[in-house]
Amino acid sequence: MALSTSHLLGIKELTEGDIELLLSTAGNFKEVINRPIKKVPSLRDVTIANIFFENSTRTRLSFELAERRLSADVVNFAASSSSVSKGETLIDTVNNILAMKVDMVVMRHPHAGSAQFLAKHVKASIINAGDGAHEHPTQALLDAFSLQEKFGTLKGLKVAIIGDILHSRVALSNVYCLKKMGAIVTVCGPPTLIPNYYSHLGVSVSHNLVETLQWCDAANMLRIQLERQDIKYFPSLREYVLQFGLNMEILSRLNKKITIMHPGPINRGIEITSDVADGEHSLILQQVENGVAVRMAVLYLLAAAN
Amino acid sequence: MQSRLLVSEIQFQTMIRRLCHQLLENHQNFNNTCLIGLQTGGVKVVNRIKTQINLFLPEVNLETGALDITFFRDDYKRRQVVVPNATQINFIIENKKVIIVDDVLFTGRTIRAALDAMLAFGRPQKVELLALVDRRYSRHLPIQPDYVGMVVDTITPESVKVSWKEIDGVDGITLLTPDNLEV
Repeated sequence: MALSTSHLLGIKELTEGDIELLLSTAGNFKEVINRPIKKVPSLRDVTIANIFFENSTRTRLSFELAERRLSADVVNFAASSSSVSKGETLIDTVNNILAMKVDMVVMRHPHAGSAQFLAKHVKASIINAGDGAHEHPTQALLDAFSLQEKFGTLKGLKVAIIGDILHSRVALSNVYCLKKMGAIVTVCGPPTLIPNYYSHLGVSVSHNLVETLQWCDAANMLRIQLERQDIKYFPSLREYVLQFGLNMEILSRLNKKITIMHPGPINRGIEITSDVADGEHSLILQQVENGVAVRMAVLYLLAAAN
Repeated sequence: MQSRLLVSEIQFQTMIRRLCHQLLENHQNFNNTCLIGLQTGGVKVVNRIKTQINLFLPEVNLETGALDITFFRDDYKRRQVVVPNATQINFIIENKKVIIVDDVLFTGRTIRAALDAMLAFGRPQKVELLALVDRRYSRHLPIQPDYVGMVVDTITPESVKVSWKEIDGVDGITLLTPDNLEV
């Protein structure tokens, strides 16, 4: 068995079989990273460049750990300290890196479609680590993996994605992934932060937090991405917190226990309070742990496909 | 494909019993010894050996594990991706005598990978190798088994199939030879 693609540009391009293969392989790697010695030699002849044109903590560290635990050679590149600031184009930058015999590129970029663009123009396996507000496939895979681990299956699972849907690449990738795996999805947030096209993706749209929480088995809370908001999408942050902020009081009023997820970074006190983020309902740190296993699976299977 | 039965069900069970006696001879009560079966064939051999040893000595608590060597293969990228199986070793092998168990020993590359993979669970005092079938003269590496069910002389295009009662309905070992083989 192998993946149907040689790049990971988005969940949209993956088949259900690809996702199943990635999740089952991630299960094997989770066992590996819980061993006393967490390293395997699978990618010892592979060199991977992590090219980040945007800030990142979790994703970048998680990819680097995954690469090192697979014994790959790793080079890191941050746009802020590179020749990009001198006017070099994306293709030139990447081709120069590839000329140094790099096999795979993990890229985060502020512009949607940049991973697709790169995959068309350079000879290397491209892994999208987030492109603008488009897709963040490895985050969706690790969310799916965490949910599958917790609930056993994704089929029929009710998942709510709550918050700034408009600017979120996590939301779009999650919708594609969860739908392909048979989950039922609702997106929830202020009308200004839910684009119209979501209703065509086979998901329900809600603007009522409590109703959505009452309906779902798991809620994925998203951060308000103020850095991407060029205009005001809601009157004030305080009003947003009152309408869409999740706190323990709301959770305890529900007549069931639901699982809380967050892709990070968390803005404590805005989309989620600390007692919820650190509470018994939270899956947040398991998501981070699973992130390494899922990324190892992505790298391992893509390296084989090439 | 032509097939030739090498070992019948009765011979197969006798072979397992003989291997168990040999293990008992060298490891007595298995106090500091564990068996690690390689996925997938070796795990079945280990299960059968454990059952048989417990028939001989019910008081023996034999530690067994399953090791998957997919991520340690040296032919990665030279062949189709092998979907890994689970590794389940719920004990540390530090300072223990480990017996690696596989169903068919061929080139020796799987065993080399197993030796690598095993080190993630500690540094064993001693490692031995048990193979149900030893395909002699086909080794790529200097690896020899300590316990052998049977030795067969084969050439590379041939293959050896081990059948299990619980899966195939009958225990046995069969040699499969391609029809158009020119020797």
